[in-house]
Amino acid sequence: MSRLKPAHWFGLALVAIALLALPLVLTQVGTAWVRIANFAILFVFLSLGLNIVVGMAGLLDLGYIAFYAVGAYTWALLASPHFNLHLPFWAILPLGALLAGMAGAILGAPTLRLRGDYLAIVTLGFGEIVRIFMNNLSAPFNITNGPKGITRIDGFGAGGVNFSTTDTLFGIAFTGPAKYYYVLLVLMLLVIVVNLRLQNSRIGRAWVAIREDEIAAKAAGINTRNIKLLAFAMGASFGGIAGGMFAAMQGFVSPESFVLHESIMVLAMVVLGGMGNVWGVIAGALLLSFVPEFLRYTVEPAQQAIFGRLLIEPEVLRMLIFGAALVLTMRFRPAGLWPESRHKREMGERRA
Amino acid sequence: MREVLLEARGIGKRFGGIHALKDVSLTIRAGEIYGLIGPNGAGKTTFFNVLTGLYSRDAGEVLFAGGPLELGSPHLVARAGIARTFQNIRLFGNMSALENVMVGRHVRTSAGVLGAILRTRAQRAEEAAIRRRAEELLRYVGIHHRAGDLARHLAYGDQRRLEIARALATEPKLLALDEPAAGMNATETAALRQLVEGLRADGLTVLLIEHDVKLVMGLCDRVAVLDYGEKIAEDVPEIVQRDPKVIEAYLGGSVG
Repeated sequence: MSRLKPAHWFGLALVAIALLALPLVLTQVGTAWVRIANFAILFVFLSLGLNIVVGMAGLLDLGYIAFYAVGAYTWALLASPHFNLHLPFWAILPLGALLAGMAGAILGAPTLRLRGDYLAIVTLGFGEIVRIFMNNLSAPFNITNGPKGITRIDGFGAGGVNFSTTDTLFGIAFTGPAKYYYVLLVLMLLVIVVNLRLQNSRIGRAWVAIREDEIAAKAAGINTRNIKLLAFAMGASFGGIAGGMFAAMQGFVSPESFVLHESIMVLAMVVLGGMGNVWGVIAGALLLSFVPEFLRYTVEPAQQAIFGRLLIEPEVLRMLIFGAALVLTMRFRPAGLWPESRHKREMGERRA
Repeated sequence: MREVLLEARGIGKRFGGIHALKDVSLTIRAGEIYGLIGPNGAGKTTFFNVLTGLYSRDAGEVLFAGGPLELGSPHLVARAGIARTFQNIRLFGNMSALENVMVGRHVRTSAGVLGAILRTRAQRAEEAAIRRRAEELLRYVGIHHRAGDLARHLAYGDQRRLEIARALATEPKLLALDEPAAGMNATETAALRQLVEGLRADGLTVLLIEHDVKLVMGLCDRVAVLDYGEKIAEDVPEIVQRDPKVIEAYLGGSVG
């Protein structure tokens, strides 16, 4: 790692201040935007997790949202009146990550010999199986409460701070979503550090080697079975963390939140941002989280201003613009907005 | 006589009705360059793939470095000390040359996920050692100036060298080269020959599949000849060269 120059420190400080001030600014625009920012961070977790599986190890996973579901239901079942359990976050968040990781390994084990299209189909099925399980595990024993979902889930709670109400500190009002934002920000920093460190490690290299040429990787002494399972498990565990925070923030989970569409969305974030590159994937997640929301709030007024009336249904137009933007990006930047460039990184380190 | 490093006994392999390898036995001694030659389709690469665990075998066993070699898992073969290159080069194209060699250190290192996440002292020391060794190996095969370039951007000859460097990174006792001179011009072949001779001088045992008969005869200490999946000769090059069975296999029918 290169040493940071003063200019870098200054830049980092600016970014840090901007990130810290963001919810306060967004609150002025509308609390909804703080929520959107929170969901954007959840999607950063999800896409970084999927990036390990798809971007680094090259294993196309279309059922990734299942691990999000596992994390969410872990939190929901262990911190709600449903089973009358109210465990603290430091117990259930890691447990959610662990269970999701185990689910990842369970998905990985039977699919070790599959690649590409075949793997995509099996993982897609797995995602649906998990969702259908959540839908139907209400009889004979009511575990998941079926399609009705689980309500009144405990929020995040630490040190006596209630995360669902507004508190005033130093004359600044911190709303519930704003407080969640700071928790998520801390978690996001951790997740990013973990990903960067994994990317440049013995394990990270083994993942990329498997993506590049599995036979050569085997011949070079990599136990591809274990390393692939590890990719599935590690990737899934990030989904589990995101799921836990999702349940805490929403206070409600139901199988409806974990449909195929969500898996595709996360995959689009990874691909659009730049498979294999942590920063690119983060950029992809943030863009695809914010742009549709931004369009939601601007498409209708824009039409009113230009045509004086509503020509096209906002929801339709929004998705049309969104889809066109995706197609154009892939046309002109097929490797993603910010592709992996291990090569440049090597050179950069040398010069520094 | 030098000690035996590898002994293959009665190796057999079928693909459906085709008997690709029939009862092939051969002995490689420590420190020698052992050539495996034969006409196209004789089973040379199949033997390689069985030996390095990529193919399962139907018969036979291999003794390596004094113990039985577990065939069937390539990574265990690599751990036991057999490294290989491929006839059609198989590199990690989108990784730098240096990283390709660093991957080769995987089997001799141990840092796991936790070590990487926590950047423990042991992990950092190991990582630095991996990088140092990889740089040394790139220098050894003569492509250190391309360390930061993506493997797929390297020239053909350099890719061959990189593959050898990656194989060397696994600390093999036996290096198996599958047609390393394929597609090389005379200058590149001469340079390759020098490299392989250097490996022998440094105490490595080399198993060489090669089409270039001149290269094999000049380089190898002993040569085995495969034809239709059977070993038809095994000796020093001078004797194998005059073996009527070998001449027949290569030229098809008796000569003169």
